[in-house]
Amino acid sequence: MSPCEKAALICDKAQYNEATFIEKLQLMYHLYRCKRCAKHSKKNGELTSLCNKARLQVLSENDKVSMKEKLKS
Amino acid sequence: MIPNTLNPETWVDQYADYLFNYAVSRVSDIEIAKDLVQDTFIAGLKSAKNFKGDASERTWLIAILKRKVIDYYRKINSNKGKAEVRMSYSSQTDAEGDWLEEKVADPNSVLENDSLENEELGEAIQECISKLPKKQALVFTMKTIQGVSTEEICNELNINPSNLWVMIHRSRTALMECLNQKWFNV
Repeated sequence: MSPCEKAALICDKAQYNEATFIEKLQLMYHLYRCKRCAKHSKKNGELTSLCNKARLQVLSENDKVSMKEKLKS
Repeated sequence: MIPNTLNPETWVDQYADYLFNYAVSRVSDIEIAKDLVQDTFIAGLKSAKNFKGDASERTWLIAILKRKVIDYYRKINSNKGKAEVRMSYSSQTDAEGDWLEEKVADPNSVLENDSLENEELGEAIQECISKLPKKQALVFTMKTIQGVSTEEICNELNINPSNLWVMIHRSRTALMECLNQKWFNV
């Protein structure tokens, strides 16, 4: 795994609060040196805030199953 | 150009969430929104023979849903008097000031614009999700929208965490591409 791939993985995990403290430090160090990853990381963070802002809703699996059944009949 | 075709058996998986978000933002009631989505699918199935293939499946379904939303509002307003806007001022008898002035929308309020923009944003995101490969869309939705834990998703879909993160990465990158520049500041 290249340093950039590793940074991308940590960055994705961080979007779901699943990156450890050490990982975050490693990420920050990499972003400081790699502008391309820094840009990607910033955009990734924005995607997270956009998703939160949109307050998306989804149908439950049960709802979908019952919809499919009604369509069959 | 190859004409678009309809695949009703994939409708629920591919478009139900997209249509549902559209409906919820317009009728503000989850149960009614569900019914409208269901009605849309049924109407789509019934009029499938009229589908010419000019538009994409999604565009065609959303057009049907739009009609369903309008019909819904017609129906609830059909009894005379129900369409009236009622406001009571007497509840605040000790209020001072001009009643009409107080009812006027606050020109400095940004709430209305915000909620409109969020609706649009929600639809844009949902549209982009529906363009993802099916499994990626599922993993992304479970993780990001439903907030299911990594472990649970892995168990349910029988994948390992590194598969999961690869799919999350691909879907996030695709979404960043797909979501028009206007949503991003960088």
